[in-house]
Amino acid sequence: MKPLNEMTLCFESRSCNEGFARTAAAAFTAQLDPTVGELNEIRTVVSEAVTNCVVHAYRNTIGSIRLNIRIMPGNTVVIRVKDSGCGIEDVKKAMEPLFTTAPDEERAGLGFAVMQSFSDGVKVRSVVGKGTTVTITKKLSLRCSDV
Amino acid sequence: MYNITEGVIILELKSVQKGSELTLYLRGEIDHHSARKMRETADALIHQKKPSLLKMNFSGVSFMDSSGIGLIMGRYRTMLLYGGKLRVVSIPEQIRKMMELSGLGTLNILERSRQDETTE
Repeated sequence: MKPLNEMTLCFESRSCNEGFARTAAAAFTAQLDPTVGELNEIRTVVSEAVTNCVVHAYRNTIGSIRLNIRIMPGNTVVIRVKDSGCGIEDVKKAMEPLFTTAPDEERAGLGFAVMQSFSDGVKVRSVVGKGTTVTITKKLSLRCSDV
Repeated sequence: MYNITEGVIILELKSVQKGSELTLYLRGEIDHHSARKMRETADALIHQKKPSLLKMNFSGVSFMDSSGIGLIMGRYRTMLLYGGKLRVVSIPEQIRKMMELSGLGTLNILERSRQDETTE
């Protein structure tokens, strides 16, 4: 299916870019007239996915993060966060609530659980040593019928 | 009063001491980037004042991701070590959703929503 609109951003895995990424995502999806709650959910899932790249994928190093957002027919947003970092050995385990490899930094291990509960679907593709792509699908309530 | 300014995100923590009650007013957006500074400031204040009750006031928080859960859980543990208690107060609705999802509700540290209070 062809997207109705699309944007891609590339930025470095610096923690100060977490705010930039979620704000940009919210600004781009604002054209769908989301509710305050939906906009907050979009900000949150992007923040979680980008933080994973900063904290885990590029641990102790700086790499490139690609944020791609596609607006699909049916008021659906597809958010893709891609890194070329260390990859995840056991995706199933990484997605378990409360599982974290960084408890010292007070990471709660809730990143994927939050992404799942604030969206309509999360897909993770990861190759150790190559990187990870997280794809989040979110269907917005239809408030204006022309999209 | 503590002011920490980083980029466009302004964080502010200020303390009000009523007896041994310490209130931390958190401001701005809480994410992995800002949580570290908030954690350091909060812990420095806790160690200095050693309150029996710590209140974390979220009225000025406009955004929080799961980093905020780590921030709360960490302070909960710190207060337990001191034999003190933690209360999380003035929680905006959007942020309450995140807190309840994380299971923080079971610790009985969250102030109930105005909605819950009026239905009683």
